[in-house]
Amino acid sequence: MAAMATMVAAGCGGVWCRARQRCARWPGPGSRPFLRAQRAVVCNARGGAVSAGKSGLAPWIPVVGLEIHAQISSNSKLFSGSRVQFAAPPNSLVSFFDASLPGTLPVLNRRCVEAAVMTALALNCRINKKSLFDRKHYFYADLPAGYQITQQRVPIAVNGSLSYSLCIDNKMSQMVTKTVRIKQIQLEQDSGKSLHDDTRSQTFVDLNRAGVGLMELVMEPDMCCGEEAAAAVRELQLILQTLGSSQAVMAEGQLRVDANVSVHHPGEPYGVRTEVKNINSIRFLAKAVDYEIQRQIQELGNGGTILNETRAFDSKLGCTVPMRDKEGKQDYRFMPEPNLPPLILYDAKSLPANMNHQQVINIDWIHERLPDLPSVKREKLVEQYGILPEHSFTLLSEDGLAEFFESVVKQTQMKPKKVIGWILNDLLSYLKQHSLTVKESPVSSFLLADLLNLLEKKEISSTAAKRVLAELWKGEGKTPLETVKEHKLELLQDQKELEQICQAVIDGQENEVMAIKAGNRKVLNKLIGLVQKKTQGRSNPVLVKQLLEKKLSE
Amino acid sequence: MRVLSLGRWLRAGLVPPRGPASRHSGDRHSGHRPQAPPQGPAQVLLQKVSVEVLEHLEQLALVDFRDSEGVERLQKAIQFADQLHEVNTDGVEPMDSVLEDRCLYLREDDVTEGNCTKELLENARETVEEYFVAPPGNIPLVKLEEQKTYLQGSK
Repeated sequence: MAAMATMVAAGCGGVWCRARQRCARWPGPGSRPFLRAQRAVVCNARGGAVSAGKSGLAPWIPVVGLEIHAQISSNSKLFSGSRVQFAAPPNSLVSFFDASLPGTLPVLNRRCVEAAVMTALALNCRINKKSLFDRKHYFYADLPAGYQITQQRVPIAVNGSLSYSLCIDNKMSQMVTKTVRIKQIQLEQDSGKSLHDDTRSQTFVDLNRAGVGLMELVMEPDMCCGEEAAAAVRELQLILQTLGSSQAVMAEGQLRVDANVSVHHPGEPYGVRTEVKNINSIRFLAKAVDYEIQRQIQELGNGGTILNETRAFDSKLGCTVPMRDKEGKQDYRFMPEPNLPPLILYDAKSLPANMNHQQVINIDWIHERLPDLPSVKREKLVEQYGILPEHSFTLLSEDGLAEFFESVVKQTQMKPKKVIGWILNDLLSYLKQHSLTVKESPVSSFLLADLLNLLEKKEISSTAAKRVLAELWKGEGKTPLETVKEHKLELLQDQKELEQICQAVIDGQENEVMAIKAGNRKVLNKLIGLVQKKTQGRSNPVLVKQLLEKKLSE
Repeated sequence: MRVLSLGRWLRAGLVPPRGPASRHSGDRHSGHRPQAPPQGPAQVLLQKVSVEVLEHLEQLALVDFRDSEGVERLQKAIQFADQLHEVNTDGVEPMDSVLEDRCLYLREDDVTEGNCTKELLENARETVEEYFVAPPGNIPLVKLEEQKTYLQGSK
């Protein structure tokens, strides 16, 4: 079918006609006031509406809901004992059950249930102590059984929330916290991967991924633009990685996001929504959502209508294109999974007395052992080190950066508030420029601490320190002290010499001296600059200022 | 289970229930089924309306009804299943399966299976470099009117 030809070999199998039956039964708007950055879609303070601009027409309110599939981080699959691994020889990680051979039965993996419970607890969900498994039927080559085992009637958790932070106007200094409600979390099987060979009109199927455990997180449509969607997914990613329930790397397909987008006028019912798929990164998520919002506004503005369809995001063109949906609405013929009894979870109160521990999952036990979530970690960093919330936010956004920072703080006398500047402004920008992770940094926390100590002891100026850092970045194995000596960057310690230079500058700049004596203090900076030039940056600006002021007042 | 779901689908407003008492209230599942009065032969109704339904069913289930005998058999199957409605199930929780009060066994997260590529591929008609080969996407079905059967080969 030609429709499939438009699908990139992302292998997110089973995409065929996945128009879900959910109609506009979303709960009330509850639009929140907030401010937005200058992007394609601009929401104003009165409830996230997009003004139609010049003609003074009624504003549009975009509505965005996300469906997220997170691959569970486990050794084996959800219902079978085959290995979970990215990039293995085709069909080598497939058991008879995964291939749907007759006579095989599903056996639930305990670790997958624990991962789902951890995630549900971290997202403040209500855990259903009894949840059920169902079959969702549709035909596709990478779904060997012809159905997917999922939890449609009673999922493992419902009614949670995810809080995330957003920068206002692209300024890190103004962050606002928003919340999106989680409708439900359910356990389900992943499908295999399809690789399309359009030239020979065939599809290659690799079942390595078939049967891997997924957590599907359904969010309520509480968001209104691409930036919010991206921020929410980023926070979710951090939470999942902190819990260890999923590695949530989008590039490896461990986190897949589908966006449901619609627009409507204030006071009117929700508009027809489209589903956007094939989003491969958080950046593309924001782009795809914003594009789709604009497309719908334009279409409706021109008197057109929005079809309830599935669209794919084309990252090269930066737009969404329809995935041809000839078959109409899908009927998944949900039925209870007859081979699996209900999943029962316990807590401290309901724990059965004489059951084998291995067969019991205790929600309270898991709750006690949850690690600190990113939001808690951020607060702790702010409290412990006196840094600003937005600094703490950036520290946790980069893998390993918070640990690097804490390590430097331990090894240096410099105050954390000053250290953070070096970490975020200097180190991080170098890393970004060279596309390196913190772990790959040629400058270790030990080296940086060493350098900052030199600065703190006033053996070098901060400009000199920046030069030393640039040298250290080359990774030639020299210590900061060696680099300082090599490039003669030490501060002049000889007071007399410094005084002489200051005097020389004063003598040479009559006009400036007169201006300063007349009351224009700013000109003093020019004199300091001249002294710096004469000393080739080896003078302590604070000391120079003191000396100059003393001399000028004589 | 299968017959029941088919019957539920078809019954949405089309085939009036047969049987001594019209027990609509007991039917928990087809919530949007209108109250059809018990009437005479349903065959006429079925023929007229169900071509689209049958097409849709064929697409969903990849079942070929082929001719009126197939349709007739389907109709009889629905009637047979309808007998379930004679049981009063008011206030009784629907049952999922006969296993529903058993304990769900939880397996430890160990790798115990896999690495049987050769065996798995043995059953496939066509393979290329250890991949299964399938036709591209889903092949659209021809309409019932065109009197062609979809299922080719030996089935």
